[in-house]
Amino acid sequence: MTKISVNKKVFETDSDPSTPMLWVLRDEFGLTGTKFGCGIAQCGSCTIHVDGEARRSCVTPISAVVGKEVTTIEGLSPDSSHPLQKAWIAEDAPQCGYCQSGQIMAAAAMLKKTPKPTDADIDQAMNGIICRCGTYNRVRAAIKLAAANGGK
Amino acid sequence: MSSRILKLLVIGIAVAVIAFARVGRFEPIEHVAASTAEDAVKARAAFNEAVKVFFSARCSNCHPGGDAPTQGDERRIHDQDVKRGTDGKGVAGMECATCHQAENMDGEGLPPGAPNWHMPPADNKMVFQGMTAAALCQQLKDPARNGGRKTLKESIHHIETDPLVGWAWNPGSGRTTPPLSQADFLKKLNEWIDAGAACPE
Amino acid sequence: MKTKQELDRRSFLKASIVAGGALVFGINIPGTTKAEERFGVGAAPAADFSPNAFIKIARDGKVTVVVGQSEMGQGVMTSLPMIVADELEVDWANVTFAHGPADKAFLNPAMGMQGTGGSSSVKGFFAPLRKAAAQVREMLIAAAAASWNVPADTCIAENGRVVHTATKRSAAYGDLLEAAAKIAPSDKPKLKDPKDFRYIGKAVKRLDSPAKVNGTAVFGIDVKVPGMLYAIILRSPVIGGTVKSVDDAAAKAVKGVTHVVSLGYGVGVIADSFVAARKGKSALKVTWEEGPMAAVSSETIMKSFVDAEASKKGLEAKKIGDVAAGRAKAAKTLDAVYYAPFLAHATMEPMNFTADVRSDSAEVWGGVQAQMLVQGTVAKAAGVPVEKVKVNTTMLGGGFGRRFEMDYVIDATLLSKAAGKPVKVVWTREDDMQNDVYRPAVYNKLSAGLDAEGKPVFWRHRLATDAIMARAGKAFGFNLKDDQLDSSSFEGAHELEYKIPNFQCDWIRVDTGVPVGFWRSVGSSHTAFSVECFMDELAALAGKDPLEYRLSLLDEKSRHAGVLRLAAEKAGWGKKLPAGSGRGIAVAESFGSYVAQVAEVTVGPDGKVKVDRVVCAADCGQIVNPDTVAAQMEGSVVYGLSAALYGEITIKNGRVVQTNFNNYKPLRMNEMPKVEVHLVPSTAPHGGVGEPGTPPIAPAVVNAIFAATGKRVRSLPIKTDELKRS
Repeated sequence: MTKISVNKKVFETDSDPSTPMLWVLRDEFGLTGTKFGCGIAQCGSCTIHVDGEARRSCVTPISAVVGKEVTTIEGLSPDSSHPLQKAWIAEDAPQCGYCQSGQIMAAAAMLKKTPKPTDADIDQAMNGIICRCGTYNRVRAAIKLAAANGGK
Repeated sequence: MSSRILKLLVIGIAVAVIAFARVGRFEPIEHVAASTAEDAVKARAAFNEAVKVFFSARCSNCHPGGDAPTQGDERRIHDQDVKRGTDGKGVAGMECATCHQAENMDGEGLPPGAPNWHMPPADNKMVFQGMTAAALCQQLKDPARNGGRKTLKESIHHIETDPLVGWAWNPGSGRTTPPLSQADFLKKLNEWIDAGAACPE
Repeated sequence: MKTKQELDRRSFLKASIVAGGALVFGINIPGTTKAEERFGVGAAPAADFSPNAFIKIARDGKVTVVVGQSEMGQGVMTSLPMIVADELEVDWANVTFAHGPADKAFLNPAMGMQGTGGSSSVKGFFAPLRKAAAQVREMLIAAAAASWNVPADTCIAENGRVVHTATKRSAAYGDLLEAAAKIAPSDKPKLKDPKDFRYIGKAVKRLDSPAKVNGTAVFGIDVKVPGMLYAIILRSPVIGGTVKSVDDAAAKAVKGVTHVVSLGYGVGVIADSFVAARKGKSALKVTWEEGPMAAVSSETIMKSFVDAEASKKGLEAKKIGDVAAGRAKAAKTLDAVYYAPFLAHATMEPMNFTADVRSDSAEVWGGVQAQMLVQGTVAKAAGVPVEKVKVNTTMLGGGFGRRFEMDYVIDATLLSKAAGKPVKVVWTREDDMQNDVYRPAVYNKLSAGLDAEGKPVFWRHRLATDAIMARAGKAFGFNLKDDQLDSSSFEGAHELEYKIPNFQCDWIRVDTGVPVGFWRSVGSSHTAFSVECFMDELAALAGKDPLEYRLSLLDEKSRHAGVLRLAAEKAGWGKKLPAGSGRGIAVAESFGSYVAQVAEVTVGPDGKVKVDRVVCAADCGQIVNPDTVAAQMEGSVVYGLSAALYGEITIKNGRVVQTNFNNYKPLRMNEMPKVEVHLVPSTAPHGGVGEPGTPPIAPAVVNAIFAATGKRVRSLPIKTDELKRS
């Protein structure tokens, strides 16, 4: 049994330590907000935080998070009150919504270290998250709104 | 002061600066004295072999001149337009470690991995791409540009022991390896150092 | 979709109190059974599944609008409830939505089937939902008026209450449910005057956003059913290949693998987890009967297009005047070949589906665009009666036409049947990329002639391409005959708004063997490119400004001209741009909407194209939610731009070459242009919204590249090498 702390709660898994966290989160821990999009760290739909930094969970093995704190979209705030979540709703950023957990988690990791991001900062942090619906401009606007509201 | 004296003074200062540069900056002390013409030839030959490794895709992709790493043998700009960041570990929200793990993963299109996957930091870029062998050689010997390594043996130690450097010879499926084995590469570098570490012209 | 059939729209309203005390109203189409018997509506909470076009009012006044259409990002879970909320006079804060099941009650009148496609949801449901909501409003008013013993016409409905205007007495909807249920609905309820619309036409917040920012929105891939197993299918590497032999010893030895099932077209590996199924698939050894497609590659397909165009007459899609006579009068002529490639849908959520097939019934879950086709397909594959199949629609992680297909539905059904347990099938991204039904590749030969003044005297367009309906039509019971036109192959090319005296459009059907399907904006996705770029070439040949030239060929009052002028004005058409940059314009009608776009691009010395700004003018007729329309235009631009800049599926020895997002590249954040959307206020009939923004972007960008560099791109995707400055 491997113990993993996710959203400040301890979970246990007996999966092989090389198993990607994406599937452990989704299929074992029931945290399905983190999405499978490509499996090769190209699309970013599976982005989570490990000790506060953005990680693509589809390529992050269990062994890489032991002893660390994992945060998923479900744990970003208890009640959708994170400034990014509020800004996302204010801008009506999501369309199909499938990539949006990844978008928000990547943005949250950026804002922690770069609370007042420039357009270039946003490009660099968000380039790893593909949206086929084309919500990029609203995602950008929502990040700026959250930053203006002092969000981390 | 006559204009002639002024000119001499200027030349004098220039010579002093160059001399200081040669001794104080570009040539680590242990090697300054040694070189004979014969050694220099030997050193240059060894370096010209070793440099092929630095210039290989596996090594040079993370040692670009700009702030964007490259990938593939064709050295195309890294997917997702990732950037070096100040510490060489990427930018907030898109660190190297966001995708690159401590080891390779098996399968098409998966990111390669090694412990502490990163680039040189922004203030000490240790550029390989677009350099001549001579320029790269000078850079290796310059503690101001080589990551603060005061002796070449220190540099060799890094090349020998850092698993990220070693990754180049174990890059995972579908990737080519440098033209020399890691052992041969180290051998050539040591030959170069032992022969006085002269740089190609 | 071109399978419109006449639908009996004589609907009547059925109301009843169901378990839990909610009043349920629904549109029933004669011939179907009562809604509550079919679905147990009301017995289940709103998160479960109840019929579309139903209005549920709870005792606390909360209104649930049950939507039978699928939400794939286009905002239908907001726009349809808006229609109800407006006519029912309830506050938006008290409105929620729920997914409807598969049933005739939810036939989309604009499609003749229960389907979400062809940009038709609002078009199809605007009138029926207004009527249904108005009926309910009148029933609630009548119930209140009766209790106060006053005439109904002295009462009004407002904010979820009935108010007696004279006495200011009022009653909440939630308190009127029993009484209202006893009142017969009017067949001709009085509809609101559009000037009194409170929500329709306003930028109302999406109802689905909150669940999409905290991970609680449920997509097909998130479905979990007790006892469920996970499956992955190893598919033939060659299109259309079949299983010759299977060695499953190593696969079965993988911990967690429970079944290996040969399906003929592939081999399913079922396991107790996705990860185990994936390992099992890697260990599986299958030899394939590759079939005839093994001899087909992109080069042979191109040759088949060229040969077919040269040797076959094709079918005449449209003819005006006589193109030969027109050619004889031409002062200048121009011939060009335009090519558009196969494209994948690449929805962010890969195909997946969950089925629980039992001996005499089945229940299925997933993101689908055509619930009743799913129901019939599952019934057939499972061998159970169609009425015993319950379809649960989830959120769709992108549709774009891909989820109209039944392949992934069949996968799960067959595997659940084989395993005797619920099974969730998940396609990997590679499976999804390589087993798509692709936007057809199209080879276009265009010829035109201009008179001495530069006006076109003839236009001839010949398109060699696959017929989507030849394969896809079968699902709707439609068999395309050899001499029959499939307008999805040439729509947008055969009925030009431009005044051209001699015109002919021919379609040469080619069966490439590559499966083709509906891709956002279907035929217009490529005809706008060939037509609007060739029109740009004619403007250049005539020495005229591309905008002025187009306008000179259009009726001044046409909606084409309207959006062209609007886009041009907002973009600052004619204003100077820096060297290396250029502006291009294009217009297209599709799904009853008219969209013009001006693209500003910069072409670098290395030939790299950066789209800096897109100005989009859209005339979509009457609009329900302008913010959703703007979002759809923005998204359509991105979808079309990804295709124009990078999108191409190629075939080698019958195998799809592209595998994942590393070699089928979508646009990313740093490449995103500024997009400005301007909507034409209109009371015209509803046009589509989800697709019409896609067609004009490729030609607008290509025309802008011409303005910037003088180089004419005639083949997509745009190739950087050809634009390099030497």
